[in-house]
Amino acid sequence: MAERTHETIESGAPDPMPYMHPVMKNNYGKWVFHSHPKPGVLYHRAENGDEIWTVKAGTQRQMDHYTIRKLADIADQYADGYVRFTTRSNIEYMVTDQAKVEPLIKALSDNGFPVGGTANSVSMVAHTQGWLHCDIPGTDASGVVKALMDELYDEFVKCEMPNRVKLSTSCCEINCGGQADIAIIVQHTKPPKINHDLVANVCERPSVVARCPVAAIRPALVNGKPSLEVDEKKCICCGACFPPCPPMQINDPEHSKIAIWVGGKNSNARSRPTFHKLVAAGLPNNAPRWPEVGAVVKKILATYKADGRPWERMNDWIDRIGWPAFFEKTGLPFTKYHIDNWRGGRNSLNASAHIRF
Amino acid sequence: MAKQMHNTPNLDELEKGPWPSFVTGLKRLAKDNDMAVDLMGQLEKSYETRFGYWKGGTVGVVGYGGGVIPRFTELKDENGKPLFPEAAEFHTLRIQPPAGMHYTSDLLRNLCDAWLETGGSGLIAFHGQSGDIMFQGIKTEDVQRSFDKFNEMGFDLGGAGPALRTSMSCVGAARCEMSCYDEARALRTVINNNLDDMHRPSLPYKFKFKFSGCPNDCVNAIQRSDMATIGTWRDSIRADEKLAREWMASHSVEDLTNMVVSMCPTRAIRLVKNDGAPAGEGITKVAVSDANCLEIDNHNCVRCMHCLNVMPGALLPGKDKGVTILVGGKGVLKIGATMGTVVIPFMKLESDEDFEKLNDLARNILDFFAENALEHERTGEMIERIGLVNFLEGLDIDVDPNMIVHPRTNPYVRTDGWDEEAEKWFERKAAA
Repeated sequence: MAERTHETIESGAPDPMPYMHPVMKNNYGKWVFHSHPKPGVLYHRAENGDEIWTVKAGTQRQMDHYTIRKLADIADQYADGYVRFTTRSNIEYMVTDQAKVEPLIKALSDNGFPVGGTANSVSMVAHTQGWLHCDIPGTDASGVVKALMDELYDEFVKCEMPNRVKLSTSCCEINCGGQADIAIIVQHTKPPKINHDLVANVCERPSVVARCPVAAIRPALVNGKPSLEVDEKKCICCGACFPPCPPMQINDPEHSKIAIWVGGKNSNARSRPTFHKLVAAGLPNNAPRWPEVGAVVKKILATYKADGRPWERMNDWIDRIGWPAFFEKTGLPFTKYHIDNWRGGRNSLNASAHIRF
Repeated sequence: MAKQMHNTPNLDELEKGPWPSFVTGLKRLAKDNDMAVDLMGQLEKSYETRFGYWKGGTVGVVGYGGGVIPRFTELKDENGKPLFPEAAEFHTLRIQPPAGMHYTSDLLRNLCDAWLETGGSGLIAFHGQSGDIMFQGIKTEDVQRSFDKFNEMGFDLGGAGPALRTSMSCVGAARCEMSCYDEARALRTVINNNLDDMHRPSLPYKFKFKFSGCPNDCVNAIQRSDMATIGTWRDSIRADEKLAREWMASHSVEDLTNMVVSMCPTRAIRLVKNDGAPAGEGITKVAVSDANCLEIDNHNCVRCMHCLNVMPGALLPGKDKGVTILVGGKGVLKIGATMGTVVIPFMKLESDEDFEKLNDLARNILDFFAENALEHERTGEMIERIGLVNFLEGLDIDVDPNMIVHPRTNPYVRTDGWDEEAEKWFERKAAA
């Protein structure tokens, strides 16, 4: 290593104030009103009457520096030089002059950044790394998101859903993409394929045994080598053993499928926060455009859009109509796999005579 | 430079369609960047075979045990030579963003410049799921100087591995009328006082803090963090009659009934006659028209935010603001996803002392986790294993009925300490 002249400063999370729009800084904690003039635009007013308009646009998240410089140039030419990013990788431009809003929208649109993602739209997909950078991915992330957002483009730039819709994708069952109104998650369907030549040297066997949620892994001698074996009758194909033990390959081009979950919500609005629930599985990992996944997501969204009432999130809508109607209206099959037999699963059974006819 | 591009028929498909394409971006980089050329080669291979080809390893910077995500290619020929040598090392630097993810255009450019000057690929993700700026694609030999450059600019590595992780806070006080505390200050207080646990991973597993300014929880704190700090208030919802009437002028009584009154989860809102009578104790009463008022029973309001969301500005959080703290949110492994559950129903978060208290609580929870969790066990799993009561007693936090949805439904508990416990309850009530 070359001689190092810098001494590390463990500075932690930086102060946002030097990078914050001055009107936001001056009115920090003093906002009293917001409205939604049009899709992709928010208006906020402070106690003292100060006003700020925010224009929100989608990005590809994994950005080349040319894209970032383009976004920065737009901030200088059409906005006030200040931006922020949302948790879903949308970029927000803040301007204090309403007259700048339309030229800014045009500049973003002309450069290929869709303006939208506010209020009752389908927002950008929270996602993971996938084949681009993860060490255990069952599928890609950026590619799935690109393919999906192409399909959902109109729903991003318009605001026609009953309430906001948040999506996530995850390339393994660890679900780094998180809970969402609609979550798209890899679901493995076969036990890991073990390379017994490598286990002893690569894996800390007791900790791999400890990772298994169903105690299906045990130490074994295979071909005279210390290794691990999986009780395939017990195995739930979750893939938890793969990260600590890469020779236990869980990914399979054919048998690693994609599942779709709905009704997750982190907000406390109306109902308590909820987890998403499995509604569809067995979809093929069909790179590069995953058309089967897109079709199911669009079907669910179209059904919710047609049937949901104003302000009902996905879970509120399903709570009102009931799960039998959800499967009826979406045309998705209901199977034995929808019934939870994991610990606590009893809580999801219908312990009542409440049946809708 | 400018290595020949690989054929990428699969990736090329991802240049079609209206959404911004990361593939088009990679191609822009690849024009004069061999690392991007070979990255595309490896990624195309994954698209063909549907396998990932990265493995981890050990790469870091002096003094730190985490914050760099090492990636080495597994695609090699029979002699062990990488098939895509320029991207054979493709590490990520996780850099903590300014709290609330605010940037100036100059800062964005400076970050790009620093990344390129120090050997970075030119690929940057704003942001990862934990909230880091992810500088993706750098060789081992360049990691230290790249970090040094960012560090000179006032930026620091985030967390990885069994460590305190990078945190997120919502836009909050910077631009939202729902904000109930200074989210950025809370984040920086808690994170920057515990950096040792971020930079030198030695916890049983990861630990995440997240900070949302109100119960809309825009950074998903309740499910995605081990300790969620969520803004709330304990006095009455504030109302602005002018804005309430304006809202009503562009809506109908049916809208008000269907979208506000009947969607209140605790039926705390009623539509009443505008009779001019004063509001009772704990009641927010606001005229929406000459005919009607909304009446909110604040003692039965659970601060869900729905009516505030529907009628922005007309209804606002109260003035006696603070936070609710929930502990134990996490993802799937190993027991299934869990939500955080309440451990502090309300605490003020305004004065220096309040922030000090939050910091002490965070430190105590981290310490308890460090001492009591099993290897690879998240806080939520630890609490599931030992029970919430043991966790509370370990932290010297009093039980509170706000911590439960309902009391236990089974008799499997020894209750021979009942009288003493009941006495504690009455003592606390008397002291309050």
